[in-house]
Amino acid sequence: MQLHADNLTVERGTRTVIANLTFTANAGEALLLTGPNGAGKTTLIRTIAGFIAPLSGKIALKGDVGDRNISELCHYVGHLTGVKANLTAEQNLAFWAEYLGGKESRAIAERVDDALDAFGLLALADYPAGLLSAGQKRRLGLARLMVAERPIWLLDEPTVSLDAASTTLLAGLIQRHIANQGLVIAATHLPLGLEQPSYLCLGSAAPATDGPREGAAP
Amino acid sequence: MSGFLALLRRDLMLAVREGSALGTALGFYLMVVAMLPLGLGPDLKLLSRIAPGVLWIALLLAALLSLPRMFEADHEDGSLEVMATAPLPLELAVAAKALAHWISTGIPLALMAPILGLMLNLELALTPALVATMLAGTPAVSFLGSIGAALTLKARRGGLLLALLVLPLYVPTLIFGISTIGFASVGQDGFAASLLVLMAVSVASIAVAPVAAAAALRLQVS
Repeated sequence: MQLHADNLTVERGTRTVIANLTFTANAGEALLLTGPNGAGKTTLIRTIAGFIAPLSGKIALKGDVGDRNISELCHYVGHLTGVKANLTAEQNLAFWAEYLGGKESRAIAERVDDALDAFGLLALADYPAGLLSAGQKRRLGLARLMVAERPIWLLDEPTVSLDAASTTLLAGLIQRHIANQGLVIAATHLPLGLEQPSYLCLGSAAPATDGPREGAAP
Repeated sequence: MSGFLALLRRDLMLAVREGSALGTALGFYLMVVAMLPLGLGPDLKLLSRIAPGVLWIALLLAALLSLPRMFEADHEDGSLEVMATAPLPLELAVAAKALAHWISTGIPLALMAPILGLMLNLELALTPALVATMLAGTPAVSFLGSIGAALTLKARRGGLLLALLVLPLYVPTLIFGISTIGFASVGQDGFAASLLVLMAVSVASIAVAPVAAAAALRLQVS
């Protein structure tokens, strides 16, 4: 499987955030997006996820993916965690396991337990998610990666509010995912401690200081 | 299909846990209907004559109050974006959420109407017809409302805009709801036909509204 972006141009409002970007990411690769604030990291990830239509150019998948598009093959973990305050941690994950799941062989309860365990949330499984700390909520949001099997992970600043131990844990999961021929595209300011990541530096050509900030509504 | 049921189950569970949406809608319905006799005076004949119309209009307004929350919570916590990457098409996700809204708001409001009818001296013989028209008509209220809720998702204080967008769409439901009760009160044969038209309006809304609302949500997510 290979993700190929060809001559991609994306506008937010009237500002061209990404101009004529071409890159290729292969299965088994971790691609880290770097660049200053406003360089278009979030925009690029949201474009790959299919939320934003590019002005020109296209993103295509090559390889054995059937008729599914990138949206259905990716996990998107953005700035918001997608966690419901009034459901317990376990109910939150069980919902996503059922809602995002495809043809996983293991039962939902088993997948949820494993994901909670991996992120150290097993003891908090029956707590309402609204009572969790910011870092715990973020871990619960990331635990979604493990309850449904999807080859592409799109992570937007996944380490925000995570402590050092959780960051190492996340790096381990990313490493395992790419060892299983997954593809990870992550926007980050920190080196995640991955073994051999590729880098894509955005915004080096255009000054990033003028115009609205990244992610601002048009 | 399991995604549809999972979303429906989750939204119903959240509606029960949060409770405020239903409580507000029922409380508003009660207040509007309770204040009406105070404003009009104790003319029982007048109240009895206008009762079906008042109950219907107050129900529409009460349902309107709870519409903005339909997608707002999912938008605020980022669930909506994740839903856009699910195998379940966004159209069906909208349908599941509108169905959950109908079950958690439309049905309770319809079931509360006969009790409020007592305050307006509604003829007891008309009560079954009133509840039947409301149960048949409120799916359209939830599904058409989903279009407005999706369109005004990012608008600051979009509640008023939502009312302006959605209330005109409720006109057919209101007309056929009232005319069905009218047929029931004079004992004419038109009751069944009118009720079927009311159901047809609801069925058409169920078919069309999710497509429109999902298109609006895709714009909001981008």
